[in-house]
Amino acid sequence: MAGLKQRAIGAGLAAYNWVESRLGLIKPMTAAATHPTPASNASWWYVFGSAATVLLMLQVMTGILLALVYSPSANEAWSSLNFLNHNVALGWYLRALHGWGSDFMIAIVLIHMVQVFLFGSFKFPRELTWIIGVLLLLLTLGMAFTGQVMRFDQDAYWGLGIGASLASRVPFIGASLVHLMLGGPTIGGATLSRFFTLHVFVIPGLLLAGVGVHIWMTLFHGVSEWPMPGRLVRKATYEREYQELTAKTGIPFVPDAAWKDAVFAAAIIFAVMACAFFFGPIGPGGPPDPTIIQTAPKPDFAFLWIYAVLAYLPPSIETPVILVVPVLAIAGMLLLPVLNGEGERHWARRPVAVLMVSVIAVSLGIFTRLGAYTPWSPIMGAWTSEPVPPKYLHGRTPLERQGAVVLQNKQCRNCHILDGAGGQRGPALDDVASRLTEDQIIRQILQGGGNMPAYGKALNPSETKALTQFLETLRGPNVSPAVDASRDMTEPKTGPTGH
Amino acid sequence: MSEVPVQPVVDDSGPTPEAKAAAHSRRSFLFKLSLLLNGAVGAVLAVPLVGYLLGPTTKKSSAVGSWIGLGPASQFPVGETRLVDFQSPVTSLGDGQTAKVACWVRRISAEQFQVFAINCAHLGCPVRWFSESKLFMCPCHGGAYYEDGSRASGPPERGLFEYKYKLAGDSLVIHAGEMPTLATQASCNEKPLIQIEPASTATSTRPTPWQV
Repeated sequence: MAGLKQRAIGAGLAAYNWVESRLGLIKPMTAAATHPTPASNASWWYVFGSAATVLLMLQVMTGILLALVYSPSANEAWSSLNFLNHNVALGWYLRALHGWGSDFMIAIVLIHMVQVFLFGSFKFPRELTWIIGVLLLLLTLGMAFTGQVMRFDQDAYWGLGIGASLASRVPFIGASLVHLMLGGPTIGGATLSRFFTLHVFVIPGLLLAGVGVHIWMTLFHGVSEWPMPGRLVRKATYEREYQELTAKTGIPFVPDAAWKDAVFAAAIIFAVMACAFFFGPIGPGGPPDPTIIQTAPKPDFAFLWIYAVLAYLPPSIETPVILVVPVLAIAGMLLLPVLNGEGERHWARRPVAVLMVSVIAVSLGIFTRLGAYTPWSPIMGAWTSEPVPPKYLHGRTPLERQGAVVLQNKQCRNCHILDGAGGQRGPALDDVASRLTEDQIIRQILQGGGNMPAYGKALNPSETKALTQFLETLRGPNVSPAVDASRDMTEPKTGPTGH
Repeated sequence: MSEVPVQPVVDDSGPTPEAKAAAHSRRSFLFKLSLLLNGAVGAVLAVPLVGYLLGPTTKKSSAVGSWIGLGPASQFPVGETRLVDFQSPVTSLGDGQTAKVACWVRRISAEQFQVFAINCAHLGCPVRWFSESKLFMCPCHGGAYYEDGSRASGPPERGLFEYKYKLAGDSLVIHAGEMPTLATQASCNEKPLIQIEPASTATSTRPTPWQV
């Protein structure tokens, strides 16, 4: 037995030597994997980059499998996704893995970026690693946007329209950009083909190459050591200090630090699998038929905040903001390590960095939340689906009740809430009479103003009268109606107004 | 580093350093020449590649599209605004459902129409017509337009895009082909589009009948 075992080991070694003497990659890769890294780096905070890489691998695998069935043609794409969902064995699960994997990948990439930023790991000598990382973030978001187009449903169709409308705002070359983006004068077969090319060939190629460079640089410079307050990065001394720290406290990356990466990556992949299993595939929504206009297009989660910002920008500054702010933001991220490559790394000594992350995270969170329920959009069916609450009709005169009918028929509820139901584009009307006088209500209805269109042409005088009378009854209990303070000054005193 | 002995390579039998240098300069010259050659071939190759890539941008907006019929004018009652579907005249291979286009046709009088693109002037989402409040409303960011297509409120910076139209006999014909955006207007040749004046307000102050 012992002789057999010896011979087996000997044969294995011989085979290894045969391969390695010709390949020449196993030894250097083993050396790279087991390179010493400062002991403080074996931390759960240092696992996000490897998890993002593993998620990328998952996306590549599931993407290739989906491409076996998906038809990147405008007249078949939507049907082929439904075919995947319903007719191909486990097709739904592969779609779900790919969709949820993309959401997880964006999240992990962002967390990785925040961690690197707060730990000051982007400083010398890892500036270029950060810059490549920013490009990888943009490529990841590019995958998310083009992937949303692959779904080729209503949201994808109108999302392309939004993209084209944004591109059309570029001065001089706007029209050419639209045509370049759409592959022609309209959204159609050529549009899906070029987004498929981007999603499947161009961006993944750049992404994989970029990840390779990113990881190479991480090996080349070593993983940045755990930051300590007061331990400054100086170009003259940093590399020597890092080598000394590694020599003193170094542990082999594999296995002493890498086991945490591996455990976290497994947990993340399991989370993707669980989400895919329990929540299922994402879409496709309605068919990409532009004549179906009963739709409220919305982008995927990662872009909801942009969707919300676009609703709040005033028309006069919208185009400049759209064209200038992204350029400045990306330039700022790219230039960060160049401008700020030395000094403190620890977050406790970098209050501006912490403040920036907090403000950006809270802003993104708020805009994403707003994008999820779009308070700026009229609720198109509210005028027929949400009746006037009965409590607002009790004890009202016939004319006032007629006004309630006018309020419904003229679709006021699409933008105005009564008792919690209706659109939120305009203010709630439950207490409008305590905020506006009768004259102000009439003026606002007929001439519009603020966010409100003028209804002068849509209402005849009797409708206006009835509507105003009804609105005059809407004020909270025991709240006096609004009064025009200037009228008191000009009119003869007749005692206190209101009750 | 220092323990690696640096041995000067001395080979007496080979050519003299001058000869080496001469040969070297000849070879390096040839290498530079080959770079130049590849640069020239690459530049020539780039012309068709880039030309192919930029192909869609070379068409003038005004040359895109053609006149297309929306059906007999009698199907559009005066004073009403109706949704009409048509097949885009510039469809290409495999467009499928995306070759369909919808537009809003408003008949102001017997001879006067307005044909609005369905795309909001803000970011292109499909606007819906509400006949009772006489407004077009956009589901995306809350843009609103009056019945004549002019901007009422919200983020759009201008009114709805309009198609050019004409009456050919009894049928309404519009010029279509391009997805309307701020840079590629709905109509051909005219930038910016001229808003047609609304009809006499006498007809439009009365509420229009319920619309299907």
